[in-house]
Amino acid sequence: MIHPLLVSASAPPPIDSPTIQYGDLSPLLVVAAVALLGVMVEAFAPRALRFTIQTALAIGGIVVALAATVWVGLGLDRASGDVLARGRVVAEGAVAVDGPSVFMWGLVLLFALVSMLLFAERRLEGGLSAFTGQAAAPPGSAMEREAVEHRIEHTEVFPLAMFALVGMMLFPAANDLLTMFVALEVLSLPLYLLCGLARRRRLLSQESAMKYFLLGAFSSAFFAYGIALVYGFAGGFGLGDIDQAVSNRIDGQNLLLAGIALMAVGVMFKVGAVPFHAWTPDVYQGAPTAVTAFMAAGTKVAAFGAMLRLFFVAFGGASWDWRPMFWVVAILTMVVGAVAAVTQSDVKRMLAYSSIAHAGFILVGVTGAFVGTRDASVTSVSSVLFYLTVYGFSTIGAFAIVTIVRDASGETTQLSRWAGLGRESPLVAGAFALFMLAFAGIPLTSGFIGKWAVFSAAWSGGAWPLVVVAVLASVVAASFYVRVIVTMFFTEPTGEGPSVAVPSMATTAVIVVAVVVTVLLGVVPGPVLDLAQSAGAFVR
Amino acid sequence: MGADYLWSYASVAVVGLLGVALAAGMMGLNRFLRPSRPTREKLLTYESGVDPVGTGWAQSNVRYFVYAYLYVIFAVDAVFLFPWATVFAQIGWAAAVEMAVFLGFIALGLVYAWRKGVLTWT
Repeated sequence: MIHPLLVSASAPPPIDSPTIQYGDLSPLLVVAAVALLGVMVEAFAPRALRFTIQTALAIGGIVVALAATVWVGLGLDRASGDVLARGRVVAEGAVAVDGPSVFMWGLVLLFALVSMLLFAERRLEGGLSAFTGQAAAPPGSAMEREAVEHRIEHTEVFPLAMFALVGMMLFPAANDLLTMFVALEVLSLPLYLLCGLARRRRLLSQESAMKYFLLGAFSSAFFAYGIALVYGFAGGFGLGDIDQAVSNRIDGQNLLLAGIALMAVGVMFKVGAVPFHAWTPDVYQGAPTAVTAFMAAGTKVAAFGAMLRLFFVAFGGASWDWRPMFWVVAILTMVVGAVAAVTQSDVKRMLAYSSIAHAGFILVGVTGAFVGTRDASVTSVSSVLFYLTVYGFSTIGAFAIVTIVRDASGETTQLSRWAGLGRESPLVAGAFALFMLAFAGIPLTSGFIGKWAVFSAAWSGGAWPLVVVAVLASVVAASFYVRVIVTMFFTEPTGEGPSVAVPSMATTAVIVVAVVVTVLLGVVPGPVLDLAQSAGAFVR
Repeated sequence: MGADYLWSYASVAVVGLLGVALAAGMMGLNRFLRPSRPTREKLLTYESGVDPVGTGWAQSNVRYFVYAYLYVIFAVDAVFLFPWATVFAQIGWAAAVEMAVFLGFIALGLVYAWRKGVLTWT
């Protein structure tokens, strides 16, 4: 008798030409094209013009991609009656273009747009960007001084950010595990590089890049191993195939459970959930602040988007298996984030721990796994989308302010040196206070509506003890946000107070936009909440 | 699935074990049958018939890594070209254009490396 495996290998099926829906994928393609064009600009444009060309190219490309996203979004079918998901699976099942995908594309594009303005800031460093002139030169060497004298700049940061942006857009839209893995790497690798390119405190920056790279590579390996096990269980990479295998309860539950756990480690590392959060403070502190802003807002959207799609679409049938794990991780993340933030003395580290706490709050919404009923309509997906919107804008605004509070050695990130900032510059301190209040979830700021949305989704999903813990954690978190405000306004500066550098239009615009969005989404959240709501469910 | 599914990997394990046994058996038999009369020349490192120069632990220049990178990129690219070549005729022009786009992307990287002076040995 011939072994069956040998027979099946003999007649390969014919390979058909794939059909790619270029129109639906146009936002991704535009950003990818801009990134490649940016590489060519690096290769051929004269050095003096590069910065201008790269900035214009990146911003122009993002605007075109935003327009394409709106066009794709308007073309999606309406959700009505039994049809909950809008959109379809394109590119031979590799990418899902549905409501949540398009919403997150728009979101990361907007975050990238404001982050590019921060990247383009050159007034704070005397006409040079915040990125190192020559990354290959050892810190403090003669080579480095020479690079500064010749005013050399690394304008590669723009194409790198564009490549990361492609990954951020593809990660939450990926509809099979291989595409998801490729997107994860495309999103991560440029960010590792960008983290190591700070102009000031370069050793700290390089250390952060190294840590992020090693831990990130490790978590990618976990993710890849999880993919292998899930493939072994389901016999397919498509999220739809896996959903079918999970729902039919076919044999090999051990493979599935191990696969779910390993893939959860991968995505939870990216969102910075406890116990996979250890990289966050070091990387947020060491990376150039503009990159931190981009990463904090964009990576969170991408990773939470992928997490939602993975666990709601592929593993939705096994939610009784993974929800207890999410309960534990969500509680740990909120508590550790909030408590550790209280003890921080560095503004960037404080914001990093605050981002961990916020990841916990978003996980509360995810854990609720609430798909909506007629009466209670804020679903887990739409509440998370809304939270990501408000958190992203506030956090970019907060990091933008970190870039302009400076002394002779660059940014002053010591929290104690921020004492008396309210007297030095009431406007800047006021804006920062507003972001702190939004993070704390005070009514009339966007953060309040965001928290209300995720808590209400979790409550409707039956996770009420989690909501109670979340509210308590918000109270602890509020205490350190208030402490920052007290430091800025009611503490006497020791010695020479902080100074606020006058930034160019770019950074000013970022702060203004962040303030406006934070207030507007707090006062009239309706339109954006409706938009998140109308994104509907994931397409299967 | 399940037990059956994992059991089907037994053939892989058998092939692996057979491979190890074969190699170990042949080497062992060889050692057992051959005479052993070492001289200084015989114990020298074999370097294509030429007398070896220096020690076995030589440092190679770190700058070779660029060539290693480029080699790996184009080697993987070639691996991708082989399956493509077998179906190219069935699919037609679309396949040609898509492969041209793919090669174009790789070429962009090479152009960048060239313009940055990575390919010249200074």
